[in-house]
Amino acid sequence: MSDLLKLSLDEVSAKLKGKEVSATELAQAAFAACQAAQPALNAFTAFDEEKTMAMAKAADARLARGEGGLLEGVPLAIKDLFAVEGVDTSASSNILKGFKPTYESTVTSKLWDAGAVFVAKTSMDEFAMGSSNETSNTGPVVNPWKAKDSNESLTPGGSSGGSAAAVAADLCFGATGTDTGGSIRQPASFTGTVGVKGTYGRTSRWGVVAFASSLDHPGPFAKTVKDSALLLQAMSGHDPKDSTSLPNDVPDFAAAVGQSVKGLKIGVPKEYRVDGMPAEIDEVWQKGIDWLKAAGCEIVDISLPHTKYALPAYYIVAPAEASSNLARYDGMRYGNRVEGKDLNDTYEKTRAAGFGHEVQRRIMIGTYVLSAGYYDAYYLRAQKVRTRILQDFDQAFEKVDAILTPAAPSAAFGLGTKSDDPIAMYLNDVFTVTANLAGVPAMSVPAGLDKSGLPLGLQVITRALDEETMFKVGAAIEDSAGFGFKAEKWW
Amino acid sequence: MSDHSYTLPGVTGDWEVVMGLEIHAQVVSNAKLFSGAATAFGAAPNTQVSLVDAAMPGMLPVINEHVVEQAVKTGLGLNAKINNWSRFDRKNYFYPDLPQGYQISQFQFPIVGEGAIECERDDGSRFTVRIERLHLEQDAGKSIHDLDPNSTYVDLNRSGVALMEIVSKPDIRSPEEASAYVSKLRTILRYLGTCGGDMEKGQLRADVNVSVCKPGAYEKFRETGDFKHLGTRCEIKNVNSLRFIRQAIEYEAQRQIDILEEGGKVDQETRLFDANTGVTRSMRSKEEAHDYRYFPDPDLLPLELQQTWVDEIKAGLPELPDAKRERFVSVLGLSDYDASVLAADKDRAAYFEEVAEGRDAKLASNWVNNELYGRLNKEGLTITDCPVSAAQLGGLVALIEDETISGKIAKDVFEILWAEGGDPATIVEERGLKQVTDTGAIEAVIDQLIADNPDQAASVREKPKAMGWFVGQVMKAMQGKANPQAVNEILQKKLLG
Repeated sequence: MSDLLKLSLDEVSAKLKGKEVSATELAQAAFAACQAAQPALNAFTAFDEEKTMAMAKAADARLARGEGGLLEGVPLAIKDLFAVEGVDTSASSNILKGFKPTYESTVTSKLWDAGAVFVAKTSMDEFAMGSSNETSNTGPVVNPWKAKDSNESLTPGGSSGGSAAAVAADLCFGATGTDTGGSIRQPASFTGTVGVKGTYGRTSRWGVVAFASSLDHPGPFAKTVKDSALLLQAMSGHDPKDSTSLPNDVPDFAAAVGQSVKGLKIGVPKEYRVDGMPAEIDEVWQKGIDWLKAAGCEIVDISLPHTKYALPAYYIVAPAEASSNLARYDGMRYGNRVEGKDLNDTYEKTRAAGFGHEVQRRIMIGTYVLSAGYYDAYYLRAQKVRTRILQDFDQAFEKVDAILTPAAPSAAFGLGTKSDDPIAMYLNDVFTVTANLAGVPAMSVPAGLDKSGLPLGLQVITRALDEETMFKVGAAIEDSAGFGFKAEKWW
Repeated sequence: MSDHSYTLPGVTGDWEVVMGLEIHAQVVSNAKLFSGAATAFGAAPNTQVSLVDAAMPGMLPVINEHVVEQAVKTGLGLNAKINNWSRFDRKNYFYPDLPQGYQISQFQFPIVGEGAIECERDDGSRFTVRIERLHLEQDAGKSIHDLDPNSTYVDLNRSGVALMEIVSKPDIRSPEEASAYVSKLRTILRYLGTCGGDMEKGQLRADVNVSVCKPGAYEKFRETGDFKHLGTRCEIKNVNSLRFIRQAIEYEAQRQIDILEEGGKVDQETRLFDANTGVTRSMRSKEEAHDYRYFPDPDLLPLELQQTWVDEIKAGLPELPDAKRERFVSVLGLSDYDASVLAADKDRAAYFEEVAEGRDAKLASNWVNNELYGRLNKEGLTITDCPVSAAQLGGLVALIEDETISGKIAKDVFEILWAEGGDPATIVEERGLKQVTDTGAIEAVIDQLIADNPDQAASVREKPKAMGWFVGQVMKAMQGKANPQAVNEILQKKLLG
């Protein structure tokens, strides 16, 4: 049964539809595998076996009738930021510990409507703030990958580290994540998985605990590009409950996978060659360029001149929105409260006890940049930078169909090695934040291993609403890379 | 200004008052501004609260289009500029009755810009108040502090209810004008159906900005637009009746004058009016003012209106009070005063128009304004709970108009209508209240009376004013049904001939 878990979502779907395996058997296997891996990987925050089995049984009933959606019977893990009805949804934060929503996020509703089976909630950086999954209230998630000849525990990346680890360790067939500055793509790169965020507004934010509303992109982790296309397709679509949701129809993303990339123009931005970047990152990037050239793409040198301002702008806009979005966690209506001597004391004690240091840091940064006298210098300027970044992409996409960059500036690093240095941690997002600021689709595809045997990902960025080209190019890289590596099981 | 200037004497000479008002008007809508939750007043606490209103994790606002239409309608009714592009911002502060930790409002780009309305003082004279802006925002919930000595209870029914904040320019110069402005605004909102205007229910709440200055300073301000000519203002929050608005201003103006005359300085601050004691007290100083950290709400797109949609709303606007008053004067021939009184209340005007339809408008106006409202006021009722319908009163007016009954008998019929209901014509018929216009019958009675009372008849010939006694006797003899005009004419002829 554990061999079944090694299959891709697409492969196991075929087996489910062919009745070679039942959804119940698969759910049992995934559930058991998650449970077994939990002590070592610490990737999960909540289980609900009854729910899992009930959903699997219902999927079996539909499969028996010859019905079933795109993801019928497929076990998925869900980032703890998504409301799943009746299951602990705490954003890996003490302030929401034990909170069980009475509602289901739009994205998970769509996944269940497509037949998917809930298997577990995954750990994340608290309120999605972090790049190493070390700020979770349930402790760090451990990357299934280890460097050659080393037993050091590595980060799976963040903030969606639990989802990345769960997919990388073959504990499920896909998982949801959210990407605000790279929180899907960086962990995907660190764990040898495929991570995607679509165009801003493709996937609804309703029922997803908000970090930074204008930057939050729900999206999938998957084992293959095709799987990621299937998952994004199921997750996408207009949601009248989210005012920023796109009204556009969702194309058949999976159909794009495998289509020829011949004649596509691929932009290589010079600004993504940053100082101090390991040579191996550069090498894998060059490999990607070569693969696409070999597949018939035309490589075009481009410039995205405002890239260097993206990270500072991001670290103003995201905390600003977060400082306001997180104001609702005040201990008054739900979540945890620490009684104080008066109202302000109660607020202070509640939020001091409920939020971890990184969350507090960002709330303070956000409060500062929005305060009277600083708004123009920080927030307004950051918004201007954002406009410039968008213009950079618009101009680039007049010349090219897709942009190829590294997904992260390094391979997975050791747990604890950057947690005392927020700036070093923030630099993890240097290649990914631009796509969030511009709202354009972007994905990370595993492209190779570094010398110590750790996965490295390449990022494909396309114009807004053109996820199909992204999947096409992603699949071409996947093909050429022939990645096929898995973390050696030690858990 | 001189005729209506409101001045307060001081030891250093006279002082004048300058006011600008911020009115919070609850929008008539069956759903909240950003959630589908209901908005009925008086529902059990926390029963009209959606997941969005309670700010549950992951909830998002979606604009209620009907509310936007109501705001546009109101803007048009205030003769104001409609901004086809506006935006929602977040106003951040912590309070238990504010579940999101921020209020969604329109700070920088309001949906409605400058406008103006004409208001009326108690003596009927008119003045203009310019409107600065109107914007949409969410109401907060309600904190209840007096249920328990140690805790505060919160009712979120009101949380998220749509409010229009209507900000006036500092064009108001007396307590009377402030009250007249709120009253006129309320009338317009009620005509438009965009706000119920019931201040007791909190549908309309006023924040009053008050400052004082020396004569001449205000005129300089109006010429230059420079606020330095005006005094430091204090904002009195949430005054909830017209009477309290007058009282609060009177108190506050005097308080500021006293400070200034003692050589002190008025501090810019927010104050509260205590209706029990009639005084205002400091709520928070400028230094203690919140930094609301406004920024555009990233959960909402900018509000963009199509001009054609705005034009459609404009074409569908009802007749507003000023236009109605003018029509009552020019078309129906009412006095300016009567027309104003009728037009000042939408329901009263509508009632009157039904009574007057095809009948003598002046007579209808007298009956509505005097008899009907006299009775309603006496009984403490409003026109909407009036036991006599407009159709009934109209029927009564018709009977007076065609001389079926006299005005005096009409009052009796009105009493019957009030107490028992029924159709006025039937009542008159069945109870034999028809006026006697048969001059022969009246003459017979008069002849008899003159014959029986020769002394009285003689004294009338000397003092014609004493004829009233005979009128009374005729009416008494004829159970009040004699046509008074005929009685008068015949008596004149017979006695003074």
